[in-house]
Amino acid sequence: MSAASTAEAPAYVANTKVGRFTDFVDERVGGSGILREFGRKVFPDHWSFMFGEVALYSFVILLMSGTFLTFFFDPSMAETHYAGSYTPLKNVEMSVAYSSSLDISFDVRGGLFMRQVHHWAALLFVASVAVHMLRVFFTGAFRKPREMNWVVGGVLLILAMAAGFTGYSLPDDLLSGNGLRIIDGVIKSIPVIGTYISFFLFGGEFPGTVIISRLYTLHILLVPALILLMIVVHLFMVVVHKHTQYPGPGRNDRNVVGYPLGPVYAAKAGGFFFIVFGVIALMAGFFTINPIWNYGPYDPSPVSAGTQPDWYIGWVDGALRLMPGVISGFHFEYIIFGHVLTLNVLLPALVPAGLVFTVLFTYPWIERWITKDNREHHVLDRPRNAPTRTAIGMAGFTFYCVMWAAASSDLIATHFHVALNDVTYWLRALFFIGPVIAFVVTKRVALALQRKDREIALHGRETGRIVRLPHGEFIEVHAPLDEYKRYKLVGFESLAPLPAQPNEHGVVTRKENRRAKLSRWFFEDRVAPATPAELEAGHGHHEAVEAGEGQKTLSH
Amino acid sequence: MKALSQKRRHPLAAIALLLMGLLLTGGLYAVATTVNEAKASTAEFTATDTQEGEKLFEANCATCHGMGASGTQDGPSLVGVGAAAVDFQVGTGRMPMQMNGPQAYKKPAQFNDTQTHQLAAYVASLGPGPAIPAEELLDEKGNAAEGGELFRVNCAMCHNAAAAGGALTRGKFAPALADVSGKHIYEAMVTGPQNMPVFNDSNISPEGKRDIITFLKQIEANGSPGGADLGALGPVSEGLFVWIAGLGVIIAFTIWLTSRTS
Repeated sequence: MSAASTAEAPAYVANTKVGRFTDFVDERVGGSGILREFGRKVFPDHWSFMFGEVALYSFVILLMSGTFLTFFFDPSMAETHYAGSYTPLKNVEMSVAYSSSLDISFDVRGGLFMRQVHHWAALLFVASVAVHMLRVFFTGAFRKPREMNWVVGGVLLILAMAAGFTGYSLPDDLLSGNGLRIIDGVIKSIPVIGTYISFFLFGGEFPGTVIISRLYTLHILLVPALILLMIVVHLFMVVVHKHTQYPGPGRNDRNVVGYPLGPVYAAKAGGFFFIVFGVIALMAGFFTINPIWNYGPYDPSPVSAGTQPDWYIGWVDGALRLMPGVISGFHFEYIIFGHVLTLNVLLPALVPAGLVFTVLFTYPWIERWITKDNREHHVLDRPRNAPTRTAIGMAGFTFYCVMWAAASSDLIATHFHVALNDVTYWLRALFFIGPVIAFVVTKRVALALQRKDREIALHGRETGRIVRLPHGEFIEVHAPLDEYKRYKLVGFESLAPLPAQPNEHGVVTRKENRRAKLSRWFFEDRVAPATPAELEAGHGHHEAVEAGEGQKTLSH
Repeated sequence: MKALSQKRRHPLAAIALLLMGLLLTGGLYAVATTVNEAKASTAEFTATDTQEGEKLFEANCATCHGMGASGTQDGPSLVGVGAAAVDFQVGTGRMPMQMNGPQAYKKPAQFNDTQTHQLAAYVASLGPGPAIPAEELLDEKGNAAEGGELFRVNCAMCHNAAAAGGALTRGKFAPALADVSGKHIYEAMVTGPQNMPVFNDSNISPEGKRDIITFLKQIEANGSPGGADLGALGPVSEGLFVWIAGLGVIIAFTIWLTSRTS
């Protein structure tokens, strides 16, 4: 208000001291205009929309706790003898990095708590990014105009994993060193250039004396800066696109139904930051994470049983564990012109991850090409109303989870008293058939739910009340839905297969034929929403019963 | 000397030479191996112990290990395994075995301390083998840091760096070491039960074993400085925890925040 008043009414003087001060600032930065614009921004309310916020808040907490840790951490690989207060490691030879991590844990006031805050926040950060992406995928929020923001989100996921991995290795303990050795092995398995990359990265033969300080620079400088940049781009696009909303009465692709940001939503979001912080703080206070003192300093000779990476790298580790060395006499290792080509490291390390990320990044365009849908979508799909997409998502999710489970194959074996070999064999089988089973089951479940929705829309909800009619017939009383609830069940778009169409020259190209085939595969199994005519017919049926019984709510 | 050199072409000279060589290597080997063995000090066992032990053995163990512990198809010979092996296997309840399988499970011991002692006396009387370790090796007053290094180099690849245990092939496993007595840890090292290799005294000295026990007992006594240890299973239990408890609580809050008081 005061911003607008500056030009016409320079004589405006606020009544209070605070008011005058605010006016002074506002006249110079124009904050009220910005506040007015953002304060009126409407956000729809749904719990599943809040995972992006969780990720953002976790990141803020990571920045704060990480800054604290940098005050005490020394990323040097110089050798030292531990002289801190943890007796089981007294006088043990170790790197300065490990020693300073132990000092943070045992000799810096609040250091262990901050380390645990940082690590739990990191796990929660990547987890909330992943859940946020799943929500976006399964509700179709990646469709036009948000395809590019989906890609930015994918980049953020990779950056989050990179931030996690570089940080995980910093304490230079045995566990993370084992992980680093696996990465070194994977890099070295890349044909021709692998050995060179490894030597450049580690500054010589593994483990060298530079890797920790290099990872440190990446971890506290480059990766967070890139994450911050991507978050800015991501949020900017959210503001430009406006938020998506779940289908409901009065909601369409041209509006957003919800609450304005200010003041209620802003207060909720601000409060939610403290909730997330509180949850992380409680976890850090009561549950230990990455007890580096248990693992001991890194030394290339010992390898501990039960060596796993943090959860978000687990699926790649799992793929490595699943890969057989030899299949009935067929070897995966070749020597070509004196160079070793180790496919049983190269394939599992790169192929599944490559596959997952390629599909992830290109999926919006794949679906767009199949549907030829060039409209903007701001109303989300309920997952059941896009059965094939949901099924594809679940197949991918299962593929990921099989590899994820494989990373803990040894713990599955010891804790469920089964043989490690059997766990591996089953997971190998599931690696191939799991996604297929998930696809078929999910699609059938989605279609069944759609049929149930249709049934409820047409005939109402079963009340469980059985009524005996005068002539002896038993009927169950169905309660009709109110308009709002019915809208949710019928107000969705059900795409049908789009046959091949000729191009401008009147030719149906081979590519178009392929698209048509995919479109049929995508949409041939469909349960159309109940049409107004069908609803009318359904009601007519109700009325007949109602007229017969003289009871207004009866229907079946 | 001349007489000897004259007989060097004697038809039996080659055989005599072979015999001498064999005796020498065999003798040296016998000396070398017994040097590495913790010797059974039968002194602490009385004749009654041995006799009672034999009775217990015949009633409970001979079905598989054979009369005189000479072994059958179902169980190995126990001649020369020593008192330490008996004390470990019977004392931790692994023997008598509950069922056949890749590995015997630890269970409540079937025999009391006296009976275990008698069984050990009997088996020790059959042939020299590793003895039950002396008390001074189990006082947990060694160097924990040195023990930690020995543990990480020799034991962590199966038992996990935090001694939380780990999987081996085909249903076998290395158990977690919390709550295992120092005596049983020592005996396991010298006898190599189940799938464990033997760490004899030239591999890890008795002092080294004492250090390892000190280390294990110290990390057990230290507990978990950072709060509940979630099974000390590393990133897997941490990941499970953040997904189930961490995200679970957060989801509960998101539902609360977005619910309306309609």
